[in-house]
Parts: sequence; structure tokens; C-alpha cells
Amino acid sequence: MSKFMRTMAAAGAMLGAAALGAHGAQAQDTIKVGVLHSLSGTMAISETTLKDTVLMMVDDINKKGGLLGKKVEAVVVDPASNWPLFAEKARELISKEKVSVVFGCWTSVSRKSVLPVFEELNSMLFYPVQYEGEESSKNVFYTGAAPNQQAIPAVEYLMGKDGGEVKRWVLAGTDYVYPRTTNKILEAFLKSKGVKPEDIMINYTPFGHSDWQTIVADIKKFASAGKKTAVVSTINGDANVPFYKELANAGIKASDIPVVAFSVGEEELAGIDTKNLVGHLAAWNYFQSVKNPVNDGFIKQWKTFIKNDKRVTNDPMEATYIGFKMWAQAVAQAGTTNVDAVRQAMYGQKVKAPSGFTAVMNTNHHLSKPVYIGEIRPDGQFNVVWKTKGPVKADAWSKYIPESAKLTADWTFPWVCGNCEKPKYAALAN
Amino acid sequence: MATGPFLRLPAREGAGTARAGLDSADINARRIIKTVLNRLVPMNRFLPLLMVALMLALLAMMRPAHAQDLAAALAGLADSDPRPAITALTASDDEKAKAALAALAQGNLYLRLADNAVVIGEKDGEMVVVTNAATGDIEDMARPDELQPITLSEDARALLGDAGAAAQGGGPLDFAGAVAALKADNFADKARAIDAFTVLADPRAIPVFQALADGRLFVRKSDGAVVIGNASGNDVALTDAVSQEKAGIVAPAALDVIFVNNNLRNVLREAVGRLGLASPDPAQRRAAANALLDAATPDTVALLREAFAKESNGAAKSAMALSLAAVELADADKTRRLLAIQVLSGSSDLRVRALLQARLSQESEPDVKAALDAAFDRLQFKLQLYGYAENLVQGISLGSVLLLAAVGLAITFGVMGIINMAHGEMIMLGAYSAYVTQEVFRAFLPPSWIGAYLIAALPVAFLVAAAIGIALERGVIRFLYGRPLETMLATWGISLILQQTVRAIFGAPNKEVANPEWMTGALELAGGFAITWNRIYIIIFCFAVLGLIVLILRRTSFGLHMRAVTQNRAMADVMGIPTARVDALTFGLGSGIAGMAGVALSQIGNVSPNLGTIYIVDSFLVVVFGGVGNLMGTLVGALTLGVVNKLLEPVAGAVLGKVVVLVCIILFIQKRPRGLFAAKGRSADA
Repeated sequence: MSKFMRTMAAAGAMLGAAALGAHGAQAQDTIKVGVLHSLSGTMAISETTLKDTVLMMVDDINKKGGLLGKKVEAVVVDPASNWPLFAEKARELISKEKVSVVFGCWTSVSRKSVLPVFEELNSMLFYPVQYEGEESSKNVFYTGAAPNQQAIPAVEYLMGKDGGEVKRWVLAGTDYVYPRTTNKILEAFLKSKGVKPEDIMINYTPFGHSDWQTIVADIKKFASAGKKTAVVSTINGDANVPFYKELANAGIKASDIPVVAFSVGEEELAGIDTKNLVGHLAAWNYFQSVKNPVNDGFIKQWKTFIKNDKRVTNDPMEATYIGFKMWAQAVAQAGTTNVDAVRQAMYGQKVKAPSGFTAVMNTNHHLSKPVYIGEIRPDGQFNVVWKTKGPVKADAWSKYIPESAKLTADWTFPWVCGNCEKPKYAALAN
Repeated sequence: MATGPFLRLPAREGAGTARAGLDSADINARRIIKTVLNRLVPMNRFLPLLMVALMLALLAMMRPAHAQDLAAALAGLADSDPRPAITALTASDDEKAKAALAALAQGNLYLRLADNAVVIGEKDGEMVVVTNAATGDIEDMARPDELQPITLSEDARALLGDAGAAAQGGGPLDFAGAVAALKADNFADKARAIDAFTVLADPRAIPVFQALADGRLFVRKSDGAVVIGNASGNDVALTDAVSQEKAGIVAPAALDVIFVNNNLRNVLREAVGRLGLASPDPAQRRAAANALLDAATPDTVALLREAFAKESNGAAKSAMALSLAAVELADADKTRRLLAIQVLSGSSDLRVRALLQARLSQESEPDVKAALDAAFDRLQFKLQLYGYAENLVQGISLGSVLLLAAVGLAITFGVMGIINMAHGEMIMLGAYSAYVTQEVFRAFLPPSWIGAYLIAALPVAFLVAAAIGIALERGVIRFLYGRPLETMLATWGISLILQQTVRAIFGAPNKEVANPEWMTGALELAGGFAITWNRIYIIIFCFAVLGLIVLILRRTSFGLHMRAVTQNRAMADVMGIPTARVDALTFGLGSGIAGMAGVALSQIGNVSPNLGTIYIVDSFLVVVFGGVGNLMGTLVGALTLGVVNKLLEPVAGAVLGKVVVLVCIILFIQKRPRGLFAAKGRSADA
């Protein structure tokens, strides 16, 4: 047996060498794409899926004949949920591997860690996760939702008749930059809608918090004041499972105290028994249960690629899909992978997205996307109960925080700036 | 595997002969018919007639509308007189035409306002999935207000025939009709359908409503019947919503869920409340009365009074009295108000406090106000006491979780002195054993057994973790005895390897480990003070495990050997105790117990490759704080940490609370380096 294997291996190696000899020049001439997602550590739970999504897109584009006549090659590195390592690995991808673009990061802290590297080396990052906004870098394209594409519409829905006319709010989050900034924006928004400070309870917990007894009991008490209460959850990562388990067992029904989450999607629910969570909400720009031909194709492509019929799709995967397609279109349009040329070609780039709408890249490096609100179903999927009329344009800077309301992000002439009060080239324009 | 073909062979043979028999019977029948026909009718005489018939049939087959005709006919449906279009479509054999007519009959055919295209809309939650009627392609999701339904006049509907009549529905209001009306495709119509039920006042509606609120009410795709479903393994066991009889078990794919939103769930709950008051079950009456405490409307008050007069069950009666008192708190009559306050002040419900507080600001009479004040203060005091008790119980619960996580470590680290950084991964392996056991139960055993999977998972987890622990001890750790730093590094490396292996086998996402039925829900004590069943079981389980370990250590010869080896290895060796074997088994015991802890922890938290890293720091904290080498210390240490953490959390918040606890422990260790219960005597120096 082993002799046979050895012969086969030798034959394979010879064949390979022959192929390399014949097409040597072509094989070297690939377009390299960096994948910067944690494959180990705390964030591996979410980020591994995005790595697979990029690989699926690369596979797909190569099957269709590649890009600019070249094969696309994915270079995968593992920053191991270690924020400083993200910066090192980013540098390695850009300087050593010479990748044309990087798809990566999940947590805001990892994005903040790689940001200086991308700006220094003038490379391009596609960031596919919903985040707190208040940022626009020349070298980053944000394909996830900004707060006005997720948090604000969700709260507005709950304030409305369909959502149960909520009057009292619990803002519960994990203690880091995304929940803190989002809650700051939400608090300002709620106050602008006339919600009194005593009707807002803000609570932060550490990463991976596992004992939710006290907080769930507190929420129950806070909600017993006679006004309709809802929980807005920016709880992230592993802490969600024990939170929802405690919630379900404590008998908090969605009709009493609905919980709307911004970081819980199909993938996270796969780890929870959802029978007792029916009716709790999530706000995203995409749900797997949305029906349209693009999404059907997307789900089928994913299940075939991952060879597992039980795997689900989710919003950050869709954002990765949009980002990759847009980048490929921009490269084709620019005719080169040069970062500056591709960046110019990105503006106004359109992709028919699995969400059922056409996503458009704006000059503030954020997308226009629809907002959906879904209720958890017993099978772990979401049932869409509300959606915006059409795509919503992302605000890089929130309107509800006074100091950021003044700022504009626009990377086209005459602004060419991510955080300016006045156009940079105002003089030139006149 | 080898038995497969033998098992299948006879079956295949049987099928073969059966088919052969059928074929010969068929041939025989044909031969007989042929001879009979030949004798009866001379074929040549009918030949011209036959040909005419054939041509007619051909013509009929050619008549179906072409694609353009279909589009034109469909557009005609939206005309003021759709009858010609309906006639044309009915005559067509095109599948798309049939689909359009069926949709029209059910009211699912729409005119898309954007481009005036005729589309079939299928409700999916609040959205409509749009299929182009002319092409049969699914196009997009749309909001209901982007579409205009195509409605029909009576005579046009008559043209549609049976399908139309069935969809029209209406008729006299009976239970079956009301159930069918729940199939309505928007939330407003569903709300109307629910209201219709309450007129019927039929208690059969209660299970239907509960199923609807829980998303367990389905439409069976095969016949459109409304059924209540209960998960039964991977399938769904059905109960007919109208007859309330068992209706078989089907795959989930054969069902469509009837969706509701949170608003409708509230409507349903109120309806259940009203219906529940007349239920024959006292527990249901009590629950109904309780639900009306802060949700009573004028007409429910009348129902409540009626029910209160008839009620004989004590618990239900007092619940009704409380809900009535809540209403009478705002009564015009002063004495009634005072009476109501008296009734309410005996309660410890959080909602009563809110009611009293709300009334306090409206009350004008001074003596009523004083009574209100007193009642409020009494309630407040009572609730505060409950709050302390709640914190204490939560602390014990957290302590028991910590204890479970740490007790295995108390053996490997406490007794053997090995700094085992892979201890958390043993817990993780235990949790994955629970997951695998659950999947095996789901796949191979009858659904009623699923509740027992957790019990079966305990020995499985113990054996898996113990086996890996022993392999670890024999393969790595025994070479590193007496070199704590190297042990630490090696076991840390092993922990990473184990994590990544599990990630490679099971994938990075969380795995779902369900609470068995007997572990869901909470034990409701007074004043909103509830403790969940899974935590109660964990407290019990944790003490059982601790008792078991004490028993092993004190009462078995293995325990004796273990203590002998840890106290004086050289002497134990001389006395003929196989020290190497004892080491391996001790480490196996510690790991196995960590595995069992993993099964318990899978019930309250994540099952992911990172599970162990969450608990490893806490475990070491408990063991060091309690005193190395002392089980009693581990117990007291865990409970102290749990209670202190929970007492601090409401005051300082979860983040700061944790910091304060850590600082306190650092200070404590400075003062008492050997922890709460320091080991004494000669072994202390070992």
C-alpha cells in the first residue's frame, strides 16, 4: 500500500513539476487576497466562518475564469484573537505576501489595531461587521452596518405600534468600544425622543460573562414599573449563550420584555435551544430566511462549498460577499489591482445583494443597505417582521452625538477627508 | 457492515418476485381484454370515428395559451371585468396559469404598483415573497403596501369554481371556522380572528392560542389543516387544532408555521386569560387571574367578578381577589379603596408595588393616602428582604458552579501539586461529550428518551476526560514531576492542542446542548424571586460530586493509596504501593470529574472550544484561595467567592465587582499565602 502511495506521490510530483514548467510564468502571476480572520482563540467562533466565505468567493471567481485574466489566490493568516498580532499579521500580508487587498477583522479593537498599518502602507481592508461608526479611513471599506443602519431603526421599531410602544429601555452590553459607543448614540437618540433618564438603565458586563442571574433579575425588576420595557443588547460573543439561557429559564417572554440584539444572528443561535426564545428580536441588514433568487443562490453556494447542509448564513457573511464582489468589480473596472485606482473605482459600485436589494458603495466608504428586523423562530432562524422601504445610507458620523454631527466623511473631491468640518480642497473647487 | 447484504438480500428478492407476479397478471389482463374487445366490436367500423376523436384531442392539446397569451390573460385579471381572462386561464393547461388561478382563489394574486405586473405573493412574516405570475420566477421580497391585491366580484368568483368557494370561507362562526381564520396572511386579520374566538368562549382555544404564541401552530401543507405541533426528536408530533386529537408525526418540512408578532402574543395572552377564568383546571384559573393583575379591562373585570363568586379553589380565589383589589384600588368608593389596599398589602408581587406607586400619586384623600403609604412601605421592606435572600441564593449558585469547575483541579493541583493548565479543556471535553450523547440520543433513540441523555452523558464524559487525563499523565506529565514551570508550559501547550483539535472536529461555532424538559423553567418564589431549575440541579449535583470524592478519598483503598502517595511518596513506594499507577489514576480521577463538571456547565453556558478558558482562571482562584490540598477549603472558597461576587454585583456592577474580588484575593494571599485552610503537619512542606 505504502509503496503504491509513494509511487503515486512521485508521479504526482512529476506531473506537478511538468505543469509548473509549462505554465510557470502564469502560475506566479496571481492576484493575492489576504484573509485576516482569527482561526483560534475567543473570536474563532465567529471569524472562521468569514474566512471560509472569502475562500468560497475566491473559489467562485476562479471557476469563472479569474480576474484580469489571472487566478485569484487567498493568503490565510491566523491572528489568534490577539489584537496586537492583528497589526503584525496585517503588515506581513501587505509587505511580505504583497496582497492586493485584505478581508478581515471582526472586533472593533482589532480594526483599530490594524488601521495604522493599512494607512501607512496604503493598502485596502474590507471590514464586514456591524460596528459603532464614528470612523472613516481612506484605506478601509466598511461593508457592515453603521449604527443608523441597525441600532436606530431597531429602537424606532420598538417605539412604534408594531413593536409594542416601548417606554423604558435597558441598554445591556459587553464592556468595550462597540457597545459603549452604540449605547452613547442610542442614549442621545432616546433622550431626543423624550425618554426620561430614569427610564434608561445601562449595564456593562465583561467579555465572556457567564453568570447572568443578577442582571436578568435586575431587568425583571426594572420592567415591573408598569411601563412597557425592552432590552437593547450589544452583548457580544460567548456571553450571549448563557444570557439567553438564563433569560429563557427565568421565564422572560418576548411579549413581556422583548430583547433586541445587534450581535446575535443565525450562527450564534445555532448554539442555543431557541424554543423558549421565540419572539425576541434582532436587527440586521440580512437574514438567511429572506427569500429572493440571489439569496437562494448564496445559500446553495455556501452549503455546497462547506459540504454541510446544516450550516447557516448570516449578516457578516453577506457583507463579506458584497465586499468581495464589489472589490472584484472595481478591479475589473480599473483594469489593475493598484490600491488608488481600485479605490476610485469603488465609489458607486453596485452589487445585487442576497438581502434582496442592490447595495451601493458610497463616498464615505460605507454601504447603502436595507434594514430588517427579525423575530427568533423555534428553528433558530429569523422571521422578518419589519424592513425599511429601501436601502439606508450609512452615516459614518452619528447625527445624535453633537461633536460628531459636525463631521463629514467623503473621499471624493473636494472633500477627500474622513473627518472634516470643511472640504479639504474648498479653495481649489472655487 | 458485513451483515448488510445478507439482511437486504431476501427483501430485494421478495420485491423482485412481487413485481414479476404483477407483470404477468397485467399481461394476462390485457390479453383477456383484447380478446373480449375483438369479439365484441369489429375494429374497422370504428376507425374513422376514432381518427376524428384523435384529431379533436390534438386540437384541444394545442389550445393552451402561449407565453404572450398567458401574460395578456394575466393582465386581464386586473381589468374591471376579469371574467374573459379567467375563462381563458381556466382553459389553459399551463402550470403557471393554474398557479395564478389558485393564487387568485386564495387572494394571493397582486398587482405590483411599481410596474403593474401581475404577481403571486406569498406571505413570509410581514413581507411578501413575490413570484412573477407570467414567468413563474421568484423575484423579490416586497412590503404589503407595494402590492395591490386583485379582488373578484361574486360572479367572477363563481367562474373560478370550487377553489374560489373554499377560499371565500366565512359562513356561520364555529370553532373550526375560527381556527381556519387564523391562517390569515397579515397580523391585523390574525388579530381579528383571535377576537372571534373569544366570542365563542370555547376553552378548546387555550391550547391553540398557546401554540400560536409559541410558534407551534402550523398549517399542514398537504391539506391546509391547522395543527398544533410538538417537537418529537427531529420530527413534529401533530395534534389537530379543531378536534384536539393526535394527528400523526411528520417532518418539519411538511408544515408551515403561522407567524405572530409580540403584539399579537399580548393579545393572545389576554385572550387566554379571559378564557382561562372559565377553565375546569384550578391552576389555569389561577394563572389567568394572575395574568389579569395589571392587565384588566372593564369587560374582564365583569368576568373576574363572576369567576370570583363561583370559585371554590383557595389559591385561585386569592389570586382573583388580588386582581379584583388591583381594579378596586381606583374605585370611587373610599372604603372599597381602603379594603383593596389591605388585600394588596399582603401580596409580594412586583406588579403590586408598581400599582401602589402609581396610585400614590393620584390619591387625594389623606387617610387613604396614609394607608397606601404604609402598605407601600411594608411591601418595599418585604421586597428588600427578598432581594437579600435572592442575592444569597444566586451567590450559592455561582459558588456551586465555581466549585464544580474547581473540584477536579483540587485533586490534580491540590492533591498532586500539578499545575494543569489543560484542566479547562477537560471541562470542555466533558461538555462536548454531553453534546455527542445528546446527538446520539436524538438520532437513535425514541424521542421520549431524550430527557435522559444528560444522565447518560455523565459516565461518558467521565470516561472520556479520565482516559485523556491518564494518557496525558502517562505521556507527558510524569516526566516533569517536580518541575512546575515545565509542567505548566507543557500542559498549556496541550490545552491549545486540545482546543484546536476540537475545533477541527466539531467546527468553531457553538454547539447546541438543550436543557432537558425537567431542567427548564424556574422555581417561582415570592416577589419576583425565582431560581432556575438548571441552577438548582447544579447545586445538588455539585454537592453530590463533592460527597463522592470525599467518599473515595476516605473509604476506598484507592483513596488511602492516594493520600499515602501524596503525603510521603518514598515511604508509600517502600510499603509496596504502585505509586506510578496511583499517580495516573489520581490524575484520571481529577480529569474525569472535570469532565462531569463540563456536562453540568453545558446546561448554563456555551459549548465551544473556548469553554475551558472561561473557567480555568476561576478554578485556580478557588483552589488557591481555599487552600491547596484541602477539599473543605475548595468548598468554602468557592461558596465565599460566589456569594461575595453576587453581593458586590448589584452595588458595583459586574465589571468593577470582579475587579474588587480579585484585589481582595491578592491582599488575602499576601496575608495568608496558604489560603483559607492551610495544610498542616509534615505534608505541608512537601
